[in-house]
Amino acid sequence: MKAAAFEYAAPASVDEAVAALAEHADDASVLAGGQSLVPLMALRLAAPAMIVDINRVVGLDTVRRENGHVYVGALVRHAALTTPGSAADDVPLLGLAAPLIGHFQIRNRGTVCGSLTHADAAAEWPLVATTLDAEVELRSRDGGARTVAARDFFAGPFTTARNPDELAVGVRFPVWRSDAGFGLAEFARRSGDFAIAGAACGIEVTDGRVSRCAIGLLGLAGVPLRAHGAEAALTGTAVDEVDAEEVGAGATADLTPPADIHASSRYRRRVGAAMVARAVATALREAGHA
Amino acid sequence: MPDPIPVRFTVNGEAVRVSVEARKTLADALREDLGLTGTHVGCEHGVCGACTVLVDGTAVRACLLFAVQLDGAEITTIEGLSPADGSLSPVQEAFRNCHGLQCGFCTPGFVVTVTALLAENPAPTDDELRHGLAGNLCRCTGYQGIVAAAREAAGPVATEPARA
Repeated sequence: MKAAAFEYAAPASVDEAVAALAEHADDASVLAGGQSLVPLMALRLAAPAMIVDINRVVGLDTVRRENGHVYVGALVRHAALTTPGSAADDVPLLGLAAPLIGHFQIRNRGTVCGSLTHADAAAEWPLVATTLDAEVELRSRDGGARTVAARDFFAGPFTTARNPDELAVGVRFPVWRSDAGFGLAEFARRSGDFAIAGAACGIEVTDGRVSRCAIGLLGLAGVPLRAHGAEAALTGTAVDEVDAEEVGAGATADLTPPADIHASSRYRRRVGAAMVARAVATALREAGHA
Repeated sequence: MPDPIPVRFTVNGEAVRVSVEARKTLADALREDLGLTGTHVGCEHGVCGACTVLVDGTAVRACLLFAVQLDGAEITTIEGLSPADGSLSPVQEAFRNCHGLQCGFCTPGFVVTVTALLAENPAPTDDELRHGLAGNLCRCTGYQGIVAAAREAAGPVATEPARA
């Protein structure tokens, strides 16, 4: 189908963009990569009266290292994070997640911040942001700038803490120790599909024991989750005593994931447990190698 | 209805101007306003890959871009891939040799996709080729002919990995 008619604005600066959003807040959508929004418009599941296309805004396409963070601007495409050699290397989960997103034609256009604000619980960037306690930077004309932590950002399925007049201008991913290990595993029925379930894990090891760990879960609820109980249980454990499958079972035991035509709730939980086990095993194997 | 918006870009090396409603996709503008009907429109929501074109050298879904976004861009469609003398491009030649098409509806998208894949990675493994083709759907061939065509266009698998 064809999208419904809309007014179109292509601001050249963040100030102009947030002004356009402020004027049309109740019925405007931000267009960045458009790889989620435009299909929704084509199917008439979304019919915004106003499109604020931020692709002409200068300065939003940067990936840079900041104090303890890697900053990813609102126009950074997934593909920019699939090739090594940028500041993104300091956050290895970025490079592990990017190649798993859709197909390469999608990765050439879609953006990290767009995926975060779309907030699909089966998408990779919400998972990585949640796992790493990333912070989303929001700007509006009337409210100025504010920063929202990932745990507060994802409010429900396809719902975030972003107000309609706010633009997500960038996201900060914390940098871990250079010898930290990371793993990301997901299971999809076909290459490029949204995964049935997945998990991400970061682990730091000190004196042979897990001294820091984070486990995030994809597709197992309406929002990306953290397995706080499993993280606590893992922290302090000697590396050679970790049973990754046990961690996976523990991380998913209390969940009742959504069911759909591809997977029952029970099956999705079992896949999730297996993905946690893989992500933890990978992170453990990588930990200790700077 | 909102007024049409003038847009200028180049298509296959030629500067063009169109005046389009904001909601018109690049795929529809190519077909309806510029008569370039080689870019096919299948699903219209980013799943099938039939409308794949190159924008500033990278492969994208022309159904997921609005033409108004493309002001100043350089677009290459299936019509722009073959040499000026009318012969076939190496990728097109490989699709013919390997029976990489039956009805031909998905073929422009596949040919543009393979062209982009090989530009980025001239010596892909079979696995890389299959993953690269995964974003394009074909309803007739069963894909084996398409994979074979992509393989022929890419040349034989390197006996040693290209990158250590």
